[in-house]
Amino acid sequence: MTQEQILLGLASVLAAAAPVLFAVIGETISERAGVINLSMNGTILLTAMGGFAVALRTNSLLLGFLTGMLIGALVALIVAFSSITLKQSQVAVGFVLALLCRDLAYFLGNPYMNVPGPRLTVIPVPWLASLPYVGTLFFNHTVITYLSFVMIFLAWAWIFKTRPGLMLQGIGERPAAAFVRGANVNRMRYLYTVLGGALIGLAGPAYSLSVKAGWAGTISGLDGIGWIALSITIFGGWNPLRAAFGSYLFAFLQWLGLVLQARLPNIPSQVLQVAPFPLMILTLLLVNIGDAEWVARTLATLPEGVRRLLIRLLRVLRSSPPAALGVPFESE
Amino acid sequence: MNRSPHTPSRKRIDWITPLFQLAALLLALLFTTLMLLAVGAPPLQAYLNILKGAFSNVNSVANMLVVWAPLLLTTVGVLITFSAGLWNIGVEGQVTLGAIFTTWVLRLLQESALPPWLIILLAMLAGMLGGAVWAALAGALKTFGGVNEIFGGLGLNFVATALTLWLIFGPWKRPGTGSMSGTLPFPETLWLPTLSGLRLSPWSLALALLALAAVYLLLRGTRFGLRLKAVGKNMRAAYLLGIPTWQHMMASFLLCGLLAGLAGALQVTAVYHRLIPSISSGYGFLGLLVAMLVNYQAIWAAPVALFFAALNIGSIQLPIVLRLDSSLAGVLQGLLVLFVLLVEGARQQIMKRLRPPDESVPVEERT
Amino acid sequence: MDVTLHDIHKTFGRVHANVGITLHVPAGTIQGILGENGAGKSTLMKILSGFIRADRGEIRLDGRPVVIHSPSDAIRHGVGMLHQDPLDFPPMRVLDNFILGRHGGLSLGRAAARRDFRQLAEQFGFALDPEAYVDALTVGERQQLEILRLLWLGARVLIFDEPTTGISAAQKEKLFAALRLLAEQGRTVLFVSHKLEDVEGLCHKIAVLRQGQLVGEVRPPYKTALLVEMMFGKNIVTGERAPAEPREVTLHLDSLSAEDNRLAVRNVSLSVRGGEVIGLAGMEGSGQGLFMRAICGLTRPTGGRIRVGGRDLTGRSYLSFKRHGVAFLPAARLEEGLVPGLNLTEHFVLAEEQRGFFVNWEAGRALARQRIGDFNIRGAPETTVESLSGGNQQRALLALLRLPLTLLLLEHPTRGLDIESTIYIWSKLRERCAQGTSILFISSDLEEILQYSDRVLVFFSGRVTPPLEAAALTSDRLGELIGGKGWPEKGRER
Repeated sequence: MTQEQILLGLASVLAAAAPVLFAVIGETISERAGVINLSMNGTILLTAMGGFAVALRTNSLLLGFLTGMLIGALVALIVAFSSITLKQSQVAVGFVLALLCRDLAYFLGNPYMNVPGPRLTVIPVPWLASLPYVGTLFFNHTVITYLSFVMIFLAWAWIFKTRPGLMLQGIGERPAAAFVRGANVNRMRYLYTVLGGALIGLAGPAYSLSVKAGWAGTISGLDGIGWIALSITIFGGWNPLRAAFGSYLFAFLQWLGLVLQARLPNIPSQVLQVAPFPLMILTLLLVNIGDAEWVARTLATLPEGVRRLLIRLLRVLRSSPPAALGVPFESE
Repeated sequence: MNRSPHTPSRKRIDWITPLFQLAALLLALLFTTLMLLAVGAPPLQAYLNILKGAFSNVNSVANMLVVWAPLLLTTVGVLITFSAGLWNIGVEGQVTLGAIFTTWVLRLLQESALPPWLIILLAMLAGMLGGAVWAALAGALKTFGGVNEIFGGLGLNFVATALTLWLIFGPWKRPGTGSMSGTLPFPETLWLPTLSGLRLSPWSLALALLALAAVYLLLRGTRFGLRLKAVGKNMRAAYLLGIPTWQHMMASFLLCGLLAGLAGALQVTAVYHRLIPSISSGYGFLGLLVAMLVNYQAIWAAPVALFFAALNIGSIQLPIVLRLDSSLAGVLQGLLVLFVLLVEGARQQIMKRLRPPDESVPVEERT
Repeated sequence: MDVTLHDIHKTFGRVHANVGITLHVPAGTIQGILGENGAGKSTLMKILSGFIRADRGEIRLDGRPVVIHSPSDAIRHGVGMLHQDPLDFPPMRVLDNFILGRHGGLSLGRAAARRDFRQLAEQFGFALDPEAYVDALTVGERQQLEILRLLWLGARVLIFDEPTTGISAAQKEKLFAALRLLAEQGRTVLFVSHKLEDVEGLCHKIAVLRQGQLVGEVRPPYKTALLVEMMFGKNIVTGERAPAEPREVTLHLDSLSAEDNRLAVRNVSLSVRGGEVIGLAGMEGSGQGLFMRAICGLTRPTGGRIRVGGRDLTGRSYLSFKRHGVAFLPAARLEEGLVPGLNLTEHFVLAEEQRGFFVNWEAGRALARQRIGDFNIRGAPETTVESLSGGNQQRALLALLRLPLTLLLLEHPTRGLDIESTIYIWSKLRERCAQGTSILFISSDLEEILQYSDRVLVFFSGRVTPPLEAAALTSDRLGELIGGKGWPEKGRER
């Protein structure tokens, strides 16, 4: 493999991760406010189809992306309404929506199956694109990939560096304390869930209008992405930077699978493409295991030095969810 | 008489609930109709087509029952985990592992001198074991690793899919190159016997009905079932009442895994006669939907699962006759469950507002 | 700021939590609010701080009537409250906690906030690192953070709800110094407590509440006896009790220690004989709950041994204690004791551990009917537990206990019950004692402690008295001990 090929490959990893990134960041924002949007897998499919169909009909890519955001926001609104206003289980409603939206996408998308349609073109950033290495890697992409770069830092800065972002953290962590500090907890939860849904809704068109252009129904290969994005959200510890790392790692492993497939013809490609999943479980385990009671008990029996080391390791890996995730809030 | 002060109001609620459920059904139909109109399809014709597709002849009814058997198995399986308050979303993977284990034993023994019925029996038992192993993993991740069963289960679903693909394209591939159409079919001697001329095996039906009866009894009539319910409804109080809680959660995972594994075994021995990539046919997730729709009551599982199976089979003809995608069935199923959930939530909120506040908080003695 | 509460009324269902309370607190005053649990202190303070609205009455700040809609509204009027469990965000940094809730632009303005924080902290002598995480702080430090935050938001009236619970002596000194400084600055401090020593040493005047009413106001010099009488009412006459027959020792504790994140109970030694009743007195959260959970295996003790009926059960699980005849009835009946959604028959079947795989519903219903009759529960075998009234839930919990028991542990066995139920429940508990069961119970009702106990352990901030003979104990003495008075100096005890 030449250096050039590797560089192009890595650039393609950055592009392929863009849709996942939108979904993960959207979910992160929603969960930071305390609402799990489990519908993601269906939302991505429905917005991929809807965005593609609208872009095809209107011949406007922008309208395609906006449609995706609108659908994502609407689905999130249902989750918010049923969990915040009706106080139903977020998991139940989200799960139903995940299946419903998927089937809706297949049903409504039938006429658009395998129809050639518009797609985003690569727009090299003037001057920067010609830089060695960096240019190929970061400045030779579609608009949506650039947007994904920006989004990571935007979301991170919003959550950790602004006043409303700080309140967002508070709402998911301890709604009662946020309420005392003047937050309208449930209105904020609505707002952030819908906003997060709109971001998740960008993921679909990012596939159907860019990364995997077109709509191919059940063989689009998009079914499952949403569930992965959900695990990456946890792996990301509700921090956009760590979530971005997770998304790139996932895209990189998939790309590596394709590369290795050419080298190792004995291993079927499908296997390498799903290789990241067991890894995801392992990371979920590592992220959570520090909280288990028997771990604390076992650690207590180990010699001091080993214990210190292990505790430090677990602390680095560990990511605690927002304490009020999934818990409804009622002010007295 | 010594009666609870709430008995009268409870009666009042009892006739309101079905009204709300009817409203949910109507809303789901309304939305589906609107959607059909939106894509320019004649709604009435579409519904009639589904009905015809499911009930027109013996063949289609038999096909419906072919779907019904594994769906009923996964449904009653997740009813057990729901009882213990667990969201066993990993049931898909448990079905898949059941299919893999069954295929594995069939492959091992197909050349042996054992009588075919024994091979099938062993293979099906292995399938149940496979489902249970996968469920035990999700349970262990939950109990010992602190991984929420939803996320652990989803991850294990992917691993199960990966394992299937690897087997189909790797060690168990057809002569030549592997293909998405699955492994080489088993000889007909290793098929679960079917009714003549139909794809339906009476054995599948019998096993599914047996499982339904067993789970109904388990949850209704056994001490174990009662303890599971207590754990699911209030884990803390259950522990103080002397119930070992994590052991019961683990057991509910195992039992669900056995049933899901059996569903997978049927997919191999009675339906596909080989391992294919999407061997679970989504029956795990569909079973979760059915369980939610019947409000976690085993008694309604059979008719509702049958209704879902009818939708699935009835919609197969849609692409040919009306050029509509067969996923209409899934849309209708999803809308139905969604509206039942929403309407139930609305009902609870309305009831809460109607009820005088003093009655909802029984603090002191009332005479 | 001058605070006036005028004729405040508040009812919850049938409980009249505040009955026409009128109180005037001039600016620069440290006002003590004294009363036992349930006297209505918290309700009054929650009304002033905007958490709940009064049914009737008026709040005046500097003479102007105000309507306070929410806690953030209260802050806008200059009223801030520090909760017993500080309402902050443990996984976040001190500085971010400080900033959160203050209005401003998009940017956090960390630099300016840090400067203000340092300045304020210095003024009060608080050594807080703005970059530390709150979950690494002690409760006392979290209080300090809240004080600074409220002052930064412009609070001129500060309400402290039991602030000396769970903080060290040194931190208490610091807190009191800060409160005095606040008063000197012309701010108004409302200090809610049940600790006599604290209010006596700190407050310019003390208002005593009992059963929702303001009993009266007291100014220094304070007489402890008077305060105790105002808090708990008339001196209680101890009930007649037959001397317990000397039986076998059922529970033996050998310097038992237990800890949670708030406090530690250390080195408690105790021998309880069959049929004996031990009352655990003390204000809530003084360590008695922790102690009780440690002796039934729900909390792992940090030291010492527990022997039940001669068998060493130290470090065993609750289920193992249960097998050896120990039962625990929690105070939170619907949260920990019963399973909402299941009916009485199902509860009896669960508790009775019938033999066999299948439930014998017939036998279960018969048992339920019998126990419902025995315990006079107003409900049917099919009644779900959540639709029972509190008293009937408590009767159901007692009815669920198996025979025979070695040791019965009860948290607030009669809380929220009317007098008839209370007497009934104690008659049932006495029956148990006659069968040789030892009882340990927690109660914040002095009368109940004195009337039903053979011996009493008093808890105060994790400290425990040696067992006191109830017959030789007066309610005055008990009230003082509960309020933290008359304890031996630390270090000399035991």
